[in-house]
Amino acid sequence: MNGRALVFVAICGALFGFGLALSTMVKPEVVLAFLLWRDMGLLLVLGGAVAVTFAAYHLVPRFIHKPWSGESFGTHPSEMSARTLAGAAIFGIGWGLTGVCPGPAIAGLGVGNWPLLLSLAGLAAGGFVQGFFFAPESP
Amino acid sequence: MGAGMGLLFVSTGLIGGMSTVFTSVWSYFSRAPFFQEGRFVSSRRWRLVYAAALVGGAFIWLACCGEPFVTGVPAWRLVVGGFIAGFGARLSNGCTAGHGICGMASLQPASILSVLIFLATAMVTARVVAAFG
Repeated sequence: MNGRALVFVAICGALFGFGLALSTMVKPEVVLAFLLWRDMGLLLVLGGAVAVTFAAYHLVPRFIHKPWSGESFGTHPSEMSARTLAGAAIFGIGWGLTGVCPGPAIAGLGVGNWPLLLSLAGLAAGGFVQGFFFAPESP
Repeated sequence: MGAGMGLLFVSTGLIGGMSTVFTSVWSYFSRAPFFQEGRFVSSRRWRLVYAAALVGGAFIWLACCGEPFVTGVPAWRLVVGGFIAGFGARLSNGCTAGHGICGMASLQPASILSVLIFLATAMVTARVVAAFG
């Protein structure tokens, strides 16, 4: 990947991080209030993010043939498998326990939410155990 | 958030889920075959830049418009919940960003079903913890 693309990655990551902070996703308390149905505002956040991303994924490739900086538009197919669905169920248990998911765990550091370092350590350890001991068969 | 994901796709063609960074970063340290798969090694650099930029973007918000915030969620829940969420997200190949935003925006049935499942288990877990915690 060239330097120009990395600059775009940095700009987009910053936008995403700004959005996570602005939308209060970096506050686990707000996420837990959503999960307890006390404050459904985050449903609008998710809906808004999906709508904008949907427009980008589906409309933009009709007008330009390849990205500004890159060879082609990528896809990331989700496999309909027991693995995917069981993982989602396990992920939800962890998310419900803390109110912290991977994006906000990282972005939260930017607003001074330092205890999220503990979550990051947990997330990294979980990723390691999955990859080291529960890796899927090589494709 | 949608603007970041959308612009990432328009400008680079990349799909910007978050949780993969917790696998790809291990490719720097571990020789285990799974971590050395091409999809992680080839994406590990931009994923780290992306993660660092996430912190930067949140800091910009703090500098321009927000107040610092420190969570009161107990440490053991942050660690244990993080571990479970990290394991699950990587097993499932997606988290709230990957399945929730990217997967749903591309209308993938497995992602949409995953979102419904993790919302359900998260709501049940949060309720159980609120009752006993």
